[in-house]
Amino acid sequence: MNEFIQHVINGLSLGCIYALVAIGYTLVFGVLSLINFAHGEMVMMGAYFGMYFAKHFKLAEEPGISGLLLTLVATMIVTGCIGWCVEKFAYRPLKNAPRINLLITAVGVSLLFQFSGQLIFGSAPQFFPQLVEFNLDTWKIGELQFNPLQITVLGIALVLTVVLQTLVFKTRTGRGMRAVSFNRDLASLLGIPATRVISLTFVVGAALAGAAGVLVGLVYPKIDPLMGSLLGLKSFVAAVVGGIGNLSGAVLGALLLGLSEEFVVGYLAPTYRDAIAFAFLIIILLWRPSGLLGVNRIEKV
Amino acid sequence: MFRQNPSRLTFALAAVLALSFSACKKKESTETSAASSSTILIGEVGSLTGSEATFGISTHNGIDLALKQINAAGGIGGKQVQVVTIDNQSKNDETALATSKLITQNHVVAVLGEVASSRSLVMAPIAQQNQVPMISPSSTNPKVTQVGDYIFRTSFIDPFQGEVMARFASENLKAKKLAILKDVKSDYSMGLSQFFIEQLKKSGGEIVIEQSYAAGDLDFKSQLTAIRAKSPDAIFVPGYYTEVGLVARQARELGMKMPLLGGDGWDSPKLYEIGGKAIENSYFSNHYSHEDQSPRVQEFVKNYKAAYGATPDGLAAMGFDAMMVLAEALKKTPDLDHKKLRDAIAATKDHPGVTGMLTLNSERNPIKPAVVLKVENNQSKFVATISPSAAPTK
Repeated sequence: MNEFIQHVINGLSLGCIYALVAIGYTLVFGVLSLINFAHGEMVMMGAYFGMYFAKHFKLAEEPGISGLLLTLVATMIVTGCIGWCVEKFAYRPLKNAPRINLLITAVGVSLLFQFSGQLIFGSAPQFFPQLVEFNLDTWKIGELQFNPLQITVLGIALVLTVVLQTLVFKTRTGRGMRAVSFNRDLASLLGIPATRVISLTFVVGAALAGAAGVLVGLVYPKIDPLMGSLLGLKSFVAAVVGGIGNLSGAVLGALLLGLSEEFVVGYLAPTYRDAIAFAFLIIILLWRPSGLLGVNRIEKV
Repeated sequence: MFRQNPSRLTFALAAVLALSFSACKKKESTETSAASSSTILIGEVGSLTGSEATFGISTHNGIDLALKQINAAGGIGGKQVQVVTIDNQSKNDETALATSKLITQNHVVAVLGEVASSRSLVMAPIAQQNQVPMISPSSTNPKVTQVGDYIFRTSFIDPFQGEVMARFASENLKAKKLAILKDVKSDYSMGLSQFFIEQLKKSGGEIVIEQSYAAGDLDFKSQLTAIRAKSPDAIFVPGYYTEVGLVARQARELGMKMPLLGGDGWDSPKLYEIGGKAIENSYFSNHYSHEDQSPRVQEFVKNYKAAYGATPDGLAAMGFDAMMVLAEALKKTPDLDHKKLRDAIAATKDHPGVTGMLTLNSERNPIKPAVVLKVENNQSKFVATISPSAAPTK
């Protein structure tokens, strides 16, 4: 029984990592119906910037939550700026082009970041500094071991999701986002600055990715320029399973993915982890094609 | 349709040109003049630049140190020995060119190289075809010497480390219940595991659980949770340092305190960077330790430090040994005939190398001891020397 509960704890904490990345995907998709393939790379950029920032200011020498928050904020600002640039130079010139062009551009941007990352940062993995340190023995209940790092990640993920929900559903900007998401042309006619709203969406998405990058680096301290691709892919799948475009759906899908991976390795064959976990997700999609919390949109023909 | 912003186009062109220039930049190879009758020429192919440059330079220094000692002692049969070194830039195609050039143009009597098994596998067929003896100082993949009867090595092969760690676990650590966490993507890891299991069964130990991962994985908690349930005395993790560092951290996060065991894939400063406190009190096998107090090792360390100002690593020690084994064989073949030289190398027995007493078996692989190191305060400390069992290593 202990083993089972430990698997659940492990799975949930893995899911939190996916959740952080998945909410960024879902946000951009919700507004633009664009799968932003470069999102995973934004996570990678965040991890690298966080690492250089922490090393430069020697934050790992005096580990503490303030150093972590400082790194988080700085990284979010920087990746937010990168997101703005990507939108301005790569996506905005194509705003009237067919959607498929935009998709291909997104793949291109993703490859650009992956390979220039290898050129600039080097292709060998690097190690993320320890920004927070905890005494593990105090986080034990019987045989069960809680990792405070992962609880920190879970906490930050929850806070970010709530902030995002508020932004999208309670603010003027959020109303703009939802309007653009509903119909961009109509929104423009009604005086909503669609271009600015889209730009802002990208900035927020990239900032989230940056935060995710720092947290991923903290929990799994090995970072490399290609780390974003598989993480991005899995999180994207998580977002789809939860119902893409739906923020709570992304979190739910990510937790499910984390749990199913954990159980496959724990009780079935570790070699088939991704295969079986993804098969499970396909079954969910067969049962609910628009995702667990997604709404069935009727496509106009 | 073809309207282009000229400045942007120029910029793009310039960028492309700059990139191609930097890619073409070649390091000058360190070459020396051709043979004269009073010198013996030996070829060396090494990765002096490129991604494995640190490996190549250490090996080269080791060879160079041996060479200086041989020549200072009067050379071989009154002749001075000269090594012609060609840098392959850590590239496979350059390796092939360099090997052919050494054999056909410089007419070397034997070739030394390479560190990386993949590049030794490029060199070996060329040397074999031309019937020129080749000694790889440190390629551990079993396939290298299987290329033919002119190919030798002075490092032990991968599977031997599995045997070493199994014996260390049962004899030195008195561990009875062992768990294995192996990398299914790597021949190295699978080979080590297989021989670990075989040896452990002979020593009366028990494998309580076998788990696997794939290189590149980040999360090992589910495997470790399953291992924890069986409460083994130690875990054998024959992987490379990045994954091992993560495994160690996550094991400690799950409250597991037993030591981890591994092979020379752990040997990197990065292991301590990523593993931190979690990797303390774990053990791994290696080719040599500069802390080994045997006089041969200490003399080598002293001479190497004097010559290059650094503590020699395992690759330098193996470069030194490869050159010395070759020199011993050359002493027995004054006419420098390739066939006789080959036979002399093959007959190497109880050669007192820096990396241990070395005997070449019928498969042209050395039978020699390995050292076991313990991780302590972000450093590896010498713990024990494990000699091969009576049966020759396969």
